[in-house]
Amino acid sequence: MVSDVEQIRRVAAEVVDPEIPVLTIDDLGILREVRVDGAGHVDVDITPTYSGCPALDVIRADVARSVRDAGYPDVKVNVVLSPAWTTDWMSDIARRKLHDYGIAPPRERDAHMTLLKLAVECPLCGSAHTSEVSHFGSTPCQALLRCAGCAEPFPHFKEH
Amino acid sequence: MTAVAVDPAGVYTLRLADDCLVLSHRLGQWSSRAPTLEEDVALTNIALDLLGQGRAMYARTAELDGTWRSEDAYAYLRDERDFVNCLLVEQENGDFAATIVRQLLYSTYQLEVWRALSDSPDAQVAAIAAKAVKEVIYHLDHATQWTLRLGDGTEESHRRMQTALDHLWPYTAELFESDEVTRDLVERGQAADPERLRAAWDVSVDRVLHDATLERPSASWAPTGGRRGLHTESFGYMVAEMQHLHRAHPGASW
Repeated sequence: MVSDVEQIRRVAAEVVDPEIPVLTIDDLGILREVRVDGAGHVDVDITPTYSGCPALDVIRADVARSVRDAGYPDVKVNVVLSPAWTTDWMSDIARRKLHDYGIAPPRERDAHMTLLKLAVECPLCGSAHTSEVSHFGSTPCQALLRCAGCAEPFPHFKEH
Repeated sequence: MTAVAVDPAGVYTLRLADDCLVLSHRLGQWSSRAPTLEEDVALTNIALDLLGQGRAMYARTAELDGTWRSEDAYAYLRDERDFVNCLLVEQENGDFAATIVRQLLYSTYQLEVWRALSDSPDAQVAAIAAKAVKEVIYHLDHATQWTLRLGDGTEESHRRMQTALDHLWPYTAELFESDEVTRDLVERGQAADPERLRAAWDVSVDRVLHDATLERPSASWAPTGGRRGLHTESFGYMVAEMQHLHRAHPGASW
């Protein structure tokens, strides 16, 4: 038999990011902790990717709805800032999903710091001949790159 | 509504929150008007980061000043004189060069402030600051890259950058002022020490200006008053525009 915490975590983990719907909030490392007290009150902690991420309010509402629908009406979703979110919390599966969706996944942050010239691989053709057009993209967590191999622009989930 | 904050910690967090909101709004005014689509996206992304940082600091301020006001109440229901942002961030966007120079001067300052506050004994402020550091590094990098490109660019881009620098420079003096609020908090580790900020800021800004072949302006007049609610003329218009919808439709949300 699964515990309430496991059950709630499983349900909350399935909530998808409204801006990158191939990823769940668990994939992204946004879902931090689930707690249930003796009276059945549920606390779910989530953390934003960026301070101003506009998806956070939607995620917050989606998590609350999912947990309520799973039979836990007394739920509160808390936004915690510490420790600060990092792309290192993204799983390998999440990185694979991003790549298949056409977004170059973040590299390991340590590798990024030490090997600044390590190229981002084009998710469309696999070429390493890519360059950054803009450090800012369609969402706070993405940058805009272009590929010299296939001449296509593509987003990159930037290391953070 | 008059300023009700009494705890100096709440005054200090309000200053930083107002800096974030006001600069965010100014950058938002570039939306659909930037020189290129990429810059449109970049400037509004930076605005979004600042808005997020500002919201978090308003939420903390509401606890520290004991008013438990909403973030919207701080943004939309205070009058011009109640805002305690520095004068630099409220300066009009001007041309792209002026916006980039404003970004360079303020982001350099802001990065040092957030770094210092990452060690604050106020755990909430420390968490907000630690997160913001990672974001402002991008903002500063963006401003630095453009300063280098435009400063060391064409005759015209250099001229515009130097003009913007000369115009905005006087407003930077205010960033490093001490007053009764900062003096008390610096000792408690809850505010960045203005003197140490100044030293770090000078080194960082001087290096970028030098590489960009721009001349550091000599000290001239030093307008001040933002931290006490005394603002420059254009700020009132900005506040009116920013608050119009909320004032016309009280409690509006979507």
